[in-house]
Amino acid sequence: MGIGVKVKVWGDFALFSRPEMKVERCTYDVMTPSSARGILEAIYWHPGLRWIIDRIYVNKPIQFTSVRRNEVKSKVSANNALSVYNGGEKPLFMSSKEEIVQRASLILRDVEYVIEAHFEMTDKANEGDNPGKFKDIMMRRLRKGECYHMPYFGCREFPANFCLCEEEIVTAYEAVEEKDLGFMLYDMDYSDPENIQPMFFRAVMKRGVLDLRDCEVVR
Amino acid sequence: MSEVIKNRYEFVILFDVENGNPNGDPDAGNMPRIDPESGYGLVTDVCLKRKIRNYVETVKEDAEDAAGYRIYIKEDVPLNRSDNEAYEYLGVNDKTIKDLKKKDPKADEKIRDFMCSNFYDIRTFGAVMTTFVKAALNCGQVRGPVQLGFARSIDPIISQEVTITRVAITTEKDAENKSTEMGRKSIVPYALYRAEGYISANLARKVTGFSEDDLELLWEAIINMFELDHSAARGKMAVRELIVFKHSKELGDCPAYKLFDAVEVKRKEGVEFPRKYQDYTVEIHEDAIPQTVEMTRKI
Repeated sequence: MGIGVKVKVWGDFALFSRPEMKVERCTYDVMTPSSARGILEAIYWHPGLRWIIDRIYVNKPIQFTSVRRNEVKSKVSANNALSVYNGGEKPLFMSSKEEIVQRASLILRDVEYVIEAHFEMTDKANEGDNPGKFKDIMMRRLRKGECYHMPYFGCREFPANFCLCEEEIVTAYEAVEEKDLGFMLYDMDYSDPENIQPMFFRAVMKRGVLDLRDCEVVR
Repeated sequence: MSEVIKNRYEFVILFDVENGNPNGDPDAGNMPRIDPESGYGLVTDVCLKRKIRNYVETVKEDAEDAAGYRIYIKEDVPLNRSDNEAYEYLGVNDKTIKDLKKKDPKADEKIRDFMCSNFYDIRTFGAVMTTFVKAALNCGQVRGPVQLGFARSIDPIISQEVTITRVAITTEKDAENKSTEMGRKSIVPYALYRAEGYISANLARKVTGFSEDDLELLWEAIINMFELDHSAARGKMAVRELIVFKHSKELGDCPAYKLFDAVEVKRKEGVEFPRKYQDYTVEIHEDAIPQTVEMTRKI
C-alpha cells in the first residue's frame, strides 16, 4: 500500500507503566502499542488519519533501573478552579509539603526500538486529503526531525529521539526464538468518551519483534 | 501579555555542584542520586522544575503583574480542598453538574484557560486537572510546552559521606550519657551536570498560551535557579551554561539530538579528578548546527 513507515526511536530511559502497578510505577519490558502510537502522533497527526502499529522491534537488551521521587499525590481540583473562576474567595494552589508522597518508578534504561506502522484514513479527513499527502508530510517530518512536540517514552521526562529507519533492523534478541511477555496493554478504546476502556493483548516477542498484526485483543 | 511563542526551542543546561548534594535519593538514605551501573550522577527533572517554580514565585511575589505569575504547586501552606465545598458553592451536586455542562459546553475549556492564564507553572509545565471526569467535564491534562529530561553528570561521581557532630543534645536522658551527637551528610566533592530540555511552540499556541515574556522569565529562572536555593545540603551550586537553540519554525528545522550532539563537554586533558568548572571544556560544533537554527549562549 505504500503508506507504512518505519521509525527508529531511542533514548536513555523509558517508563511504560503497567496499569496494575501504577502507584509505584513499574514499566513493561517493552514499549506498548499505545505508547508507540503516541510517539507517532507527537510527530504527525491529523483527525483524518489513525495510526496503527504493525510491529515493534526491540533493538537493545531490556535493562531496568529504579528512581524514587517526591511527588504530589493530588490533582488540580477543577471544581475549586471553577469556583474561583466564578468569583469565589478561595486559596488556589496546592501545597507540596502537605500533598507529598514518595514514589519509586521501575524504569527501562538505554532503549532503542523501531516502530513499524501504517495509517488508515478516517471520515474526518478533509476533502483534499489523501494518503499520499499524509505520507509525504510524515516522511518530511521524519527526515528533517520536525515534530509537533517532542515525543517521549511513556512519561515526558524521558524524551525519545527519532529518525526514519532506513537500515536493516537487527534486534537484540535475534537468538531468542520466543519470549512470552504476558498480557500487555494494547491501547485504550475511546469509542465511547464517557466510558473509556483498556484493551489488552498477549505479547509474545519473537526474535526481538513484537508482531501486532492480527493479534487478539481482550477487553 | 506578549505574544505566544512561535518557534521550537531546545536547550542545554550545564550546572555544577561543589561539596554539596544536588539531589538526594530517598531510596538511598538521601545520598546523591547515582546510576548504580555506570556511576554517573543524576538529578531528576522534577528537582529542577521545583527550583524554577521557586524562583518565579519569589521574583513575582510583589511584582505589579504578579496575578499572571502565580504558582500552583507551592511548598508551603496547607490547603483544604474539598470537592463538596465547591459543589456547594456552585449550588450543584454530582447529578446537576451534568446540567452545568449542558448549559455551558465550553465550561471545561474556560476553566483550563483560566488556570493557564493565572499560573505560570501550569502554563509552562502543564498540570493534570481531571476531577470533573465523572460528568465527562474534563478540563483535562494540560501538557505544558516545556519538557525537561533527567540531568546527568559528565563524569561518574563519588559521593562522600561526611560525619559531623553537634554539641546540643535533643533529650535530657541522652544528655546524661554523652556530650555530642553524631550526624552525617553526603556530598559530591565536585560534579558537572548536563540537562536537556525542549519547548514545543505548538502546545503553547494550542493550549497554554506560553508567551515570549514567559520564555524570557524561564531563561532568567534557569540561570538563577540555584542563586535563591542555597542551603546546608546543597553546597555551592551554579548554572554555568545555558545554550539555547531557536528553530526558525514551530515544527523545528532539525532533530533535537543533532543539536545536543553539537554541544560537547569534556574533561580537560591531564585532569584526572575534576574539582572545578575550569577542569572542563565546552565546545560547540557550529558546523553541525543548521543555518536556520539560531544558537545563543545565555550566560
